[in-house]
Amino acid sequence: MSRMLTEVIKYRKSYYFLAPFLLLFAVFTIIPVGISVFLSFTYYNIVEAPRWIGWSNYRLLFVDDNVFLTAVANTLKFAFVTGPVGYIMSFLLAWFISQIPQKYRFFYTLCFYTPAITSSVAISVVWLYLFSGDRYGLINYWLMNMGFLREPYLWLQNIDTIMPVLIIVSLWMNMGIGFLAFLAGLQNVSRDLYEAGAIDGVKYRWQQLWYITIPSVKPQLLFGAVLQVVGALQVADISMALVGMPSPLYAGHTMMTHLFDYAFIRFEMGYAAAIAVVLFMFMVGLNRLLFKWLGSGD
Amino acid sequence: MEHSLAVKGKRFDFGGTILYVLLTLFGLLMLAPLIYMVSTAFKPTSELFLFPPRFFVMEPTIRNFNDLVLATGTSIVPFSRYIFNSFIVSGAIVVLGALIAAMAAYPLSKHNMPFRKMIFSMIIFALMFAPQVTQIPQFLVINKLGIINTYFALILPFVAAPVGMFLMKQFADQIPDVLLEAVKIDGAGEWKTFWIIVIPMLKPALATFALISFIAAWNDPFSATIYTTTENMKTLPNALQTIQGGAGVVARVGTVAAASLLMTIPTILVFVISQKMVLETMAHSGIKE
Repeated sequence: MSRMLTEVIKYRKSYYFLAPFLLLFAVFTIIPVGISVFLSFTYYNIVEAPRWIGWSNYRLLFVDDNVFLTAVANTLKFAFVTGPVGYIMSFLLAWFISQIPQKYRFFYTLCFYTPAITSSVAISVVWLYLFSGDRYGLINYWLMNMGFLREPYLWLQNIDTIMPVLIIVSLWMNMGIGFLAFLAGLQNVSRDLYEAGAIDGVKYRWQQLWYITIPSVKPQLLFGAVLQVVGALQVADISMALVGMPSPLYAGHTMMTHLFDYAFIRFEMGYAAAIAVVLFMFMVGLNRLLFKWLGSGD
Repeated sequence: MEHSLAVKGKRFDFGGTILYVLLTLFGLLMLAPLIYMVSTAFKPTSELFLFPPRFFVMEPTIRNFNDLVLATGTSIVPFSRYIFNSFIVSGAIVVLGALIAAMAAYPLSKHNMPFRKMIFSMIIFALMFAPQVTQIPQFLVINKLGIINTYFALILPFVAAPVGMFLMKQFADQIPDVLLEAVKIDGAGEWKTFWIIVIPMLKPALATFALISFIAAWNDPFSATIYTTTENMKTLPNALQTIQGGAGVVARVGTVAAASLLMTIPTILVFVISQKMVLETMAHSGIKE
């Protein structure tokens, strides 16, 4: 115990550096999360004081709430496709950009990051236009002109296509912070490493990628992976903007839209908090794996 | 640049050309929403409600911008107040947030003090808790602190950003230890080491984080709606909502399009500056072991 204390005192300067962040973090994040976890064991409708009901919310969630189970299935389906594919796509795009001459890089970065800059309204308008269910929707229009379709297809209302459309749209707009982190990380890879590699017989571009680039940006890869998991499991906005809330037969319902439903439409905050806790558990589990695969071991 | 995709010698680089074509096509598709936004802002009323909608404007007009000036003239407080508030709040969140995240990332990456792993995991876990649920408890905390209706309520809750700390910690991991030891042997203390080695080395991470935190803060209508009650503390996204007049109001579609376009300009500027910073680091150094 006293050895621990001497260690703490020895490293006191490290704690000074951490202090401002930890203080604000504790007040504005840790305490609210703690309160939320507490609320998940209560019935709380924002107007009345929370009433303790034990595990009821959780029991309801897993035993009686069929819509929640649909939401879990949808979220996992969504996350298993957009997670890995989006991750690899944003890394490859960042890598392509790092391979082209400097003067063109800026333009391409702007292109791929635009969806994160433009307002979500402008984005959903473009997508609604593309997938519109009448004969004027761009995709229907093309498919009918080319003779693949005889009559317009209801992309956003038909339960078979809702999930695929959501997946395609999110992949398209995927280039968020992970992409930027890869890009910045790739700029950091030392030239010397490539020169040393050339001497050791690394000839092709894919060899450079595999033997030099990827090992050098491992910290950024872990960062991107964690945020990809968080983003994929928290998907909600795209679903609500494209297929509405609630979506036809809950085909586009995710854990996050379920949470949104209870928190801001039904005002059952206790239940919404329980959903958040379950979602949190999912993420912690997945991120354990990621740190095992990509972490630096400490 | 041996590994560039340019034409190598006299041989035509087939793979490189295909890559360029694909990148450009994909890039232009991604630009579509932005182009749509610009084109809509210049559409006259007759084109805004055209069915089927047109992507490009046929007869551009600046009427929407004139309407916007008229609409902003009727707001309760001078419109410049919203602009001022937005810049103060977003600026403070970006600068303070980047600084304390870098300060926290340095010891978490480079020092071997007790509780290091625990503190780091705790901050990462915070990324995973749905923010929608913590909003109400956060409001309760802010209320208890008595900072409702002050700039503190709009700034402080967003300064300690787990994403920023995580990003910078990952970049700090790449700083070679020998470099830090070298300055310390020269007699520099921790604080000086932080400023002359860590901060310059974190430049790409700082720029990246500044960009994402600016976008988040600049476009956030939520905090000013909840944490302030007086009109002169509101920010631009709130003003935009007022112009919109709520769901179902169609009369001001053009005005809103013009306002959204103007709202995007500072974001694009920050994007340009931050990416220039990232690319410059590339040109000059790269980390050397």
